[in-house]
Amino acid sequence: MINPKTFFQGLKSLKGSRSPAIPLGACFIALGALLKDAGFNLKQSAASSLFTYALPGQLVMAESLLVGASIVNIFIAVWLVNFRLYPMTVSLFPLLDHKSQPKWKYYLSCHFLAVTSWLIAKDGYKKIDKKHRIDFWIGIGIGTWSTAIIMTVVGYLSADYLNKDMLIGLAIVNPVYFFCMMIGAMKNFSVSIAVVGGTILGPFIYLISTEWALLFAGLIAGTIAFLFGGKNGE
Amino acid sequence: MVSSQIIILAIAATSVATFISRFMGALTSEKVSVKSKVFQWFNCVAYSTLAALLGRMIIFPAGVLADSTLSLRVFVLVICILVFIVSKKNLVIPTILSAVLLSFFNSI
Repeated sequence: MINPKTFFQGLKSLKGSRSPAIPLGACFIALGALLKDAGFNLKQSAASSLFTYALPGQLVMAESLLVGASIVNIFIAVWLVNFRLYPMTVSLFPLLDHKSQPKWKYYLSCHFLAVTSWLIAKDGYKKIDKKHRIDFWIGIGIGTWSTAIIMTVVGYLSADYLNKDMLIGLAIVNPVYFFCMMIGAMKNFSVSIAVVGGTILGPFIYLISTEWALLFAGLIAGTIAFLFGGKNGE
Repeated sequence: MVSSQIIILAIAATSVATFISRFMGALTSEKVSVKSKVFQWFNCVAYSTLAALLGRMIIFPAGVLADSTLSLRVFVLVICILVFIVSKKNLVIPTILSAVLLSFFNSI
């Protein structure tokens, strides 16, 4: 059903000099500590990472709860910040598609889609036989997802031992990791424009609308990159 | 302190709101060919949206990161990217370094 060899190839992406385990661990430890602060118990904190597994959305949830936002408002705010997962899925899953594979694998494994797993899969899919790419993805997904859940628990339990400066240090690890991965991904012209344009437009549009910033910045910078990058024949 | 029921509802709402985008993506993917222009467009939009999120995380961060100064965050980011490039794309060294640098400079 699942090809063990490719599955473990995916799982092994947690090891080595390009391992995402440290950044993932750092940010979910920080999240675990934050959730404890927000009044979550241990099970609730673990459940949040188990069922949501998307850090920016979880941060929005915790902060909204602290300011007393309604459930509907939380839903909308999280939907807007996590909508990025839609274009991310569409730009990854066709690469993993194979007609011999059952659809349920795709429908279930889309839950593993997060920035870390996406960047790893985009970086490594070419080396994997087309037929088993979805199993490679499931391997990456299980590895990153379980790391996130375990580290949320670790963060919750160690919250009392972490001072503010340590938490701030942990919080920068993830953006640094993502930026490095994105710079590594800038191998062609259109992706390079997309990354540079998004980085500039994101904070800029945030000044105008905090909630819609990601969506608009992504659409505008992405479309410019598509049109401009395409013309240059890449 | 927030009540336990509200927390459970919030976890459910957050999880559903997140899964919708993933699942819609999986459904759309069935109709998108890797060689199509649509796929290329989605690819560009995905990278841009991600970059926008990262730009926002550094310039207007949420959570504890907001308690550090902007200049310090940019300084740490630039140093770590340079280390990443110099170390032939090692990701472990710059990520550990980023936590150490920011904790250290923020505490003095």
